[in-house]
Amino acid sequence: MDMDWSPFWISMTTAGASIGITFFLGLFCAWGVMSIRNEKIKIILDGILTLPLVLPPTVMGFFLLYIFGVKRPVGRWLAEYFGVRVVFSWGATVLAAVAMSFPLMYRSSRGALEQVDQDLADAARTLGMREWDIFWKILFANAVPGVAGGGVLAFARGLGEFGATAMIAGNIAGRTRTLPMAVYAEVAAGNMEKAWGYTAVIIGLGLMSMTLMNLAAARAGRKGK
Amino acid sequence: MTMVLRVQIKKRLKAFRLDMEFEAGRECLGILGPSGCGKSMTLKSVAGIVTPDEGRIAVEGDGERVLFDSRKRVNLRPQKRQAGYVFQQYALFPNMTVEQNIMTGLKGAAGGRMTDRQSQAAVREWMERFRLTGLEGRYPSQLSGGQQQRTALARSLAGRPGILLLDEPFSAMDTFLREGLRMELKTVLKDYAGISVLVTHDRDEAYQLCSRLILMDEGKVLAAGGTREVFENPGTCRAARLTGCKNISRIERLGRRKICALDWGGLKLATACDVDRDVTAVGIRAHDFSPLSDDEASFWKGKDEANLIPVKEPVVSEMPFEWYVTLGCGLWWKTEKTIYAHDPGGIVPPWLRIAPEGILLLRG
Repeated sequence: MDMDWSPFWISMTTAGASIGITFFLGLFCAWGVMSIRNEKIKIILDGILTLPLVLPPTVMGFFLLYIFGVKRPVGRWLAEYFGVRVVFSWGATVLAAVAMSFPLMYRSSRGALEQVDQDLADAARTLGMREWDIFWKILFANAVPGVAGGGVLAFARGLGEFGATAMIAGNIAGRTRTLPMAVYAEVAAGNMEKAWGYTAVIIGLGLMSMTLMNLAAARAGRKGK
Repeated sequence: MTMVLRVQIKKRLKAFRLDMEFEAGRECLGILGPSGCGKSMTLKSVAGIVTPDEGRIAVEGDGERVLFDSRKRVNLRPQKRQAGYVFQQYALFPNMTVEQNIMTGLKGAAGGRMTDRQSQAAVREWMERFRLTGLEGRYPSQLSGGQQQRTALARSLAGRPGILLLDEPFSAMDTFLREGLRMELKTVLKDYAGISVLVTHDRDEAYQLCSRLILMDEGKVLAAGGTREVFENPGTCRAARLTGCKNISRIERLGRRKICALDWGGLKLATACDVDRDVTAVGIRAHDFSPLSDDEASFWKGKDEANLIPVKEPVVSEMPFEWYVTLGCGLWWKTEKTIYAHDPGGIVPPWLRIAPEGILLLRG
């Protein structure tokens, strides 16, 4: 059986790029929402940012299609000024993965950041530390295990993304066919053996990345204890 | 040069309104009050961690530095207030070593004006001053309570703040450690040239460390002045209780210097000062009674300032260094003992006497 390895590479690059974006986007959104004083705005914003977690992936994909479609304002603007067509490209697989994994990263890091003793940040303020430094050296540094946990979840979610990807990126072999897509395509075509092959790859990949990330989180979490 | 911190703030809290007005100078000012009375909130307002609803906070000295003024919309960020804050649990950064913690205080204030070598030398100096040498690489969780407190103090003082705010600096500590560390802090405060304010619910702490004192409850000042004067004449029942006065009774005024204590079985007592119409209660400190034998009591009998109290239905309870004796009429008497004395026999005299000067006249 000769297997097409392109889904493996597409999945890897997609998951890699999407966690790179999701990690910082989720972290900063968590910081932003955390710093809002008005409770009502906080709750509403939190609801909107968590929405992708409760919506079916196909609905999210549908929304993305609606926003980034070439006939739509955002999509047309991107196409006209940058010559970028997002839908049905590798970029779309990343976009779908980011959209779906974002809430996990956002919620985990917000929980972790809020767990950090408020006195620490206040102490840093009275000592003259700038807010940006307080975020990294105090809040983030003391929330690493929780934030890393969010990263692990988000990475896993991105790697397994299917529904939204199918809607906005399609299933183009060699371009947007990720591992989950490949499994679906092979099963649909009745090639059970190939489907098993991809399944094995995805299991291996998942286990490996979780183990690595857990090790890294454990090491970071040990510091100062 | 004398520096004065003037604070006048109001803030609506859940249970009450914080409404504080006071001044603090070079001598350590103590704010003594029960937990949840708004002490920490007051201190945090000065540091800029909490924003009052209205008021003004300013430091006067070489010119005036306004930290907060609700009318002029001035509200300096904590970073700009030059106020060191020692937190109740010290708030040492758990992810940083002792050295890095102190370095944070130094860097925050000095900005980029110090070279690495200068700042390292300065940190070493602070570590030496606070007897932390050798602990450079330790993390806060690996320190004892006293070492944590010294690190927190060094970190706050490293930035050479004009104001030092201490929020219950001993509450996170075991009792047996406290007394030694209070002496230590007293020395630190003596050497510190800025304005210092210490918040506590422990009257011993306030008495020992602060030469000026504010008694506070439910967001308001109950009494203020020199620490000794406040303890000697707290003025109100609540203030008297805060300073540790065990015996407080409502009174009926019998004469210019004569009262009847309603809560102590109608005991008639002579006072040293005139009892004004607005005096509603009196207080007697449990240590202030003198025990008298029948012979000694007979000397006083019939005299105006006798203030003799017959000891009836006494209940004796032993503490390590004191006997607690409660009388049937509700009075508490405390008398010192050695740790070896366990026999209450002969402790209880037939009479107790309170000198007229020992009776605190209280209002409200």
